[in-house]
Amino acid sequence: MRSEILKIAALHLKPILLILSLIVLYRGHNEPGGGFVGGLLAGTAFVLHAMAFGVEQTKKLRLAKPFFLIALGLLFAVSSSMIAVLLGHELFMQGVWISIPLFGDAALKLGTPLLFDIGVYLVVAGMLMLVMLSIMEEDK
Amino acid sequence: MLILLAVIIGFLYASSIYMFLRRSIVKLVLGIIFLSHATNLLLFVTGGLRSGEPAFTQSDGSVDLATISDPLPQALILTAIVIGLGITAFSLVLVYRFYKETGTVDLDELAENDQT
Amino acid sequence: MSLFIPVILPLVAIMLLLFSYRSVRLQQLISMVSMSYLLVHAAIILSKVVQDGPFALQAGGWPAPFGITFTADLFTAIMLLTTSVLALLVTIYSFGFIGETRKKAGFYVLIHGLVTGVNGSFLTGDIFNLYVWFEVMLISSFVLITLGAEKQQLRGAVKYVVLNLIGSVIFVTAIGLMYGQMGTLNMADIALKLRETEHTQLINSSLMLFFVAFGIKAALFPFFFWLPASYPTPPMAITAFFAGTLTKVGVYVIIRFYSLFVVSDQATWQVIILIIAGITMVSGVLMAASSYDIRKILSFHIISQIGYMIMGLGFATVIGLGGAIYFMVHNMLSKTATFLAGGLIYKFRGSYDLKEMGWIYKDKPLLAFLFLLPALSLAGIPPLPGFFGKLFLIYGGFEIGAWKITAVAIMVSIVTLFSMIKIWNEAIWKKIPDESQARAKNKLPGTSLWASIIMVALIVALGLSTGYLADYFFEAGRQLLDADLYIKTVLK
Repeated sequence: MRSEILKIAALHLKPILLILSLIVLYRGHNEPGGGFVGGLLAGTAFVLHAMAFGVEQTKKLRLAKPFFLIALGLLFAVSSSMIAVLLGHELFMQGVWISIPLFGDAALKLGTPLLFDIGVYLVVAGMLMLVMLSIMEEDK
Repeated sequence: MLILLAVIIGFLYASSIYMFLRRSIVKLVLGIIFLSHATNLLLFVTGGLRSGEPAFTQSDGSVDLATISDPLPQALILTAIVIGLGITAFSLVLVYRFYKETGTVDLDELAENDQT
Repeated sequence: MSLFIPVILPLVAIMLLLFSYRSVRLQQLISMVSMSYLLVHAAIILSKVVQDGPFALQAGGWPAPFGITFTADLFTAIMLLTTSVLALLVTIYSFGFIGETRKKAGFYVLIHGLVTGVNGSFLTGDIFNLYVWFEVMLISSFVLITLGAEKQQLRGAVKYVVLNLIGSVIFVTAIGLMYGQMGTLNMADIALKLRETEHTQLINSSLMLFFVAFGIKAALFPFFFWLPASYPTPPMAITAFFAGTLTKVGVYVIIRFYSLFVVSDQATWQVIILIIAGITMVSGVLMAASSYDIRKILSFHIISQIGYMIMGLGFATVIGLGGAIYFMVHNMLSKTATFLAGGLIYKFRGSYDLKEMGWIYKDKPLLAFLFLLPALSLAGIPPLPGFFGKLFLIYGGFEIGAWKITAVAIMVSIVTLFSMIKIWNEAIWKKIPDESQARAKNKLPGTSLWASIIMVALIVALGLSTGYLADYFFEAGRQLLDADLYIKTVLK
């Protein structure tokens, strides 16, 4: 017996949580947030969906397998340090930043630390989904 | 504040050891979670507690080694928390599978394995 | 860059393995390539250390006490090379040994995770970073030990996970206390400050916590109960790799920390370490002598031999430490080889219980020798490396006049021989209990057999070339005793 209230709430909360997770991911370098928290939020969105509609429904919904997400995340994390190496910096903990000017004073600052954060985001989201969904799947 | 934190840390250690001595494996996992929280708080205190001080430089750009608050313990705690998340997730799944396989969460169930 | 390869390459391999999770064959290919290159790279690092002495690299170019340092001295390089050999051979062994479901569930990913953690723990020069590598290693081992999720495995895993987690938490507590007192996390920097300040007694509390934490990982005397409960439960290929690496990382870190951080109260620490080494040796070997399951006997022997390594540390002389390092290398190879052979015996007969076995010598002489040689090496029969390892250690004991512990070591060695002969008699030599029954003679997987043969060949080679290699081990011991060298290497 699945609650209708939860279903409707989950349906509307999922996009909000995903967008929020992306915002948290982006602002993470200078303000509270980052890949880890963002990944948790994104993972939670899918776990909530699974709670409301059942694991089978969530599996149909998911775009990628958790293993693939984790691998992709590792790819981002590794490549973030490789870019710095290719540009002549030392390995690890050396960031490369580019700034894309937008209207007025605002500018989009992109750098390898963000790339690394995206990697963390994907790994954490993938791991959370893998763990939670495999527990919930067995529950039946 | 320091004394309060010390009391909390001590309380967390005590409750985790109490949890270890119970017979349920679920409580054992809870005990580990308490223990790691106590340790995270301990790490937090090691840097010294200074409220309202910036991590590296004052607002005018100068560095006063006597008053800056140490950012390192917080970075360490963050790492420890992230690791703790993975470990907690794993041990919960482990306990769950254990329950499914044996149908009990009693620690005595573990003893069977020790016979040669 | 060269020092980071041993941790980056496995990570990249993990990524590729995860992308190719559908195809087991592709995973095997990737594992072979990465493990082979790791071996080559470990050899490169070793040759560099032998030629130019210890060297360090700073992550991101941040200078030493602030950034994270990776250091390699001779001890590190020897351990890296041995681990890489084990990793490669266990990977080859697993091709035919591990079942398809376990391979699909990520066996190769986890082995790479374990190698990442082990290599990182060997190389790092920063105590918090060491904790991170320990966790990488532990989480991989947690999943490996439960892979397949059989009832026995879960039982063993609960004990393994809980005790190791408590160990990790104690480790972090010790790091916190150390940081609170010294204000730095870089191992060389801590060692330097300890040598300059006078109030080093305060440090003993965190050193004791470190000792307990690593004692749990290394399976020292009061903390070893997780090992015999959990090691026998997963498939032998996994146990073999655990036996060869995990506890040795604990020993490695104890040796490293002792040589760097024990500045005051050296005599007290020496006594504590020697006593614990003695009890560890005796209790391990006695429990081994009373078991009848191959896996249990071999697991208890791990504990007993950890005692020898720690004893070498307790002597704190060049011969003691060099002997301990030689013994570690011998033990990593021989222990893994006995487990691999034990796994083959299981494949052949379908049982681990000695009472049900027999006549392997008659049915498959090669298998008998694959077990016999490493077992004799563990017992200490010349010209196998176990003999030379014990010879160095006992010589080291006589040199500083530690008669009692040396006598204990010799006695333990005899009991080791007894229990190895027990396996030999029961499993390989004796008549099968019920002769009328058809004996199981399963076909052995070729890759596993070859991995086992190569391992045994390496052991014999190590024993025969001891005369040429011994100097390197003693040089490694000398470097360990010379803490200033380490400090200078890192801090420049």
